[in-house]
Amino acid sequence: MSEPSGNGGALVIVDGVEKVFHRGSEDIEVLKDLHLKVPAGEFLALMGPSGSGKSTLLNLIGGLDRPTRGTVSIAGERVDELSDRRLAAWRARHIGFVFQLYNLLPVLTAERNVELPLLLTHLSKAERRQHVAAALEMVGLSQRAHHYPRQLSGGEQQRVGIARGIVTDPTLLLCDEPTGDLDRKAGDEVLNLLQALNREHGKTIIMVTHDPHASARASRTVYLNKGQLTNEQMA
Amino acid sequence: MKFAYLIWSNLRRKKTRTVLTLLSIVVAFILFGFLSAIKQALTGGVVLEGANRLIVRHKVSIIQLLPQSYQQRMQRIAGVAAATHQTWFGGIYQDPKNFFMQTPVVPEEFLDMHPEFVVPADQRKAWLETRTGAIVGRKTAERFNWKIGDKVPIKSTIWSQKDGSFLWTFDVVGFYDGRDKNTDTTALFFRYDYFDEARRPGWGKGQVGWYTIRVTDPSRAAEVAKLVDAEFENSSAETKTEPEGAFVQSWANQIGDIALITASILGAVFFTILLVTGNTISQSVRERTGELGVLKAIGFTNAQVLGLVLAESCLLALLGGIVGLGLAWFLTSRGDPTGGLLPLFFFPVHDVLIGVGLSLVLGLVTGLFPALQAMRLRVAEALRRI
Ligand SMILES: Nc1ncnc2c1ncn2[C@@H]1O[C@H](COP(=O)(O)OP(=O)(O)O)[C@@H](O)[C@H]1O
Ligand SMILES: [Mg+2]
Repeated sequence: MSEPSGNGGALVIVDGVEKVFHRGSEDIEVLKDLHLKVPAGEFLALMGPSGSGKSTLLNLIGGLDRPTRGTVSIAGERVDELSDRRLAAWRARHIGFVFQLYNLLPVLTAERNVELPLLLTHLSKAERRQHVAAALEMVGLSQRAHHYPRQLSGGEQQRVGIARGIVTDPTLLLCDEPTGDLDRKAGDEVLNLLQALNREHGKTIIMVTHDPHASARASRTVYLNKGQLTNEQMA
Repeated sequence: MKFAYLIWSNLRRKKTRTVLTLLSIVVAFILFGFLSAIKQALTGGVVLEGANRLIVRHKVSIIQLLPQSYQQRMQRIAGVAAATHQTWFGGIYQDPKNFFMQTPVVPEEFLDMHPEFVVPADQRKAWLETRTGAIVGRKTAERFNWKIGDKVPIKSTIWSQKDGSFLWTFDVVGFYDGRDKNTDTTALFFRYDYFDEARRPGWGKGQVGWYTIRVTDPSRAAEVAKLVDAEFENSSAETKTEPEGAFVQSWANQIGDIALITASILGAVFFTILLVTGNTISQSVRERTGELGVLKAIGFTNAQVLGLVLAESCLLALLGGIVGLGLAWFLTSRGDPTGGLLPLFFFPVHDVLIGVGLSLVLGLVTGLFPALQAMRLRVAEALRRI
């Protein structure tokens, strides 16, 4: 795990970020002068109404998009300034993503899906196999390694998604409504898993969620409203 | 190649669609193979041999005869190393379908002129000693299972004997093999002295079909051709002299411009294949916009995504191409499908390689547009489209 850099111990620093989308002639200002610091080892829940810009913020932190104004630094690196190519390499090295709809490749088995991020490393085939086995073990799906996504339940698919997210041991795990499509029981299993990753393995996690039940598992919750973050839920 | 599995898996995504596309590529390349074998049969045999040989024929048409006395006059022309003649016999063995060429020749001159026909020494000797003897190309000999000593009756459509009979009988005294793969070994050659003496008087006696000339210096062949034609200018039988290649070509061109016909058919076929394959690939890329977004989120660079899509289209095209070319090779390897009209029917290695190149080009061209699309895809937007 990378050490947080000197910036007050924060691993993630979002400073004065503004994000404007253009839709036709219309400008949609989604984030306005937004500030956020996430210390290493935190499990942060990001809540807010639908369309408030939660995914947008997560994408900026994960280097999938660039802010219109302001800076995003992760472990001391100015992510908003990297070229597309270096950004891709940076994501491969530092970020694990978990999506609401799991987004596994249907043509690959669980094992091959988890292996995907490792294809971008210099690991040998044997090493990749070891890492994949360890990740599947961690999410409790060693028995399902050779199953295709369609042969797995939603909860199992999401756990494969998490295994894929952590297999490279990223600096930061970003989850966009990871339980949004799961029933309570499967959702709880996923949340248990994220909590364990945070507590036992020290993973820094930022999780977007709608669900108070989910945010209750986090170590801190922030709310996004009208483009800004608050610590309190608006009435 | 650790990405190979990923590329392969994507092709298996919609098996039916992939198989149908593959089949259309395979069929296109089988057609490619057959057309190039036909083209080879009609025009190919002359490219290598005979750069130093000229054909002299009657200026008006190939079916008019030339005096046998021309031979000596030709041999005196500067730059002519040797001259010998052949005459179209137009014979039928048992059935018109059993087509192969027969011509009367002067054995020693003929074999000297055509080193690509290889005859064992003892059989050559037997031919010189047997007036009614004939040598037969390996292909035709095998086709009719002829043995040395067989008497072969051939009915000419042009020449009758003194007694009025069109049926001629030759003694098989030897076989010849081709020195190279593209040497035609279907013809039967018999002795001109026997032919000239036996043919009905008043029917072309002392006349021959055409001459073959060997020049001393191939680079001066055009000049020699002019000298030959000048020699017989204003005579009763003016000549037209051209390189052997052009001569065979003009035979083939009686059917039409083979190269143009092949090119047009192939052009149409490959244009269709381009659309079919291109559609398959771009459809398959459009269907997985979200997946491509995931790959990019994971850290695949734009260039890598471009490469994945291109590799997929190239794999598809190469697979179809190689299977098609392989099948074409297998199917054409059984030889002339017309039973004699296309003695040099085979799929040249050179064209097989062109075919492989063509399939690669097909893959690149069909993959390029979807690959660029995939490359330009913005991650955040791709992920929203799931
Ligand atoms: N690429 C885009 N182009 C235009 N508008 C966008 C784009 N991405 C997001 N938006 C808009 O930004 C707002 C916030 O979207 P999002 O971050 O997905 O919200 P949330 O995740 O909180 O539901 C929405 O109004 C959405 O329509
Ligand atoms: Mg969202």
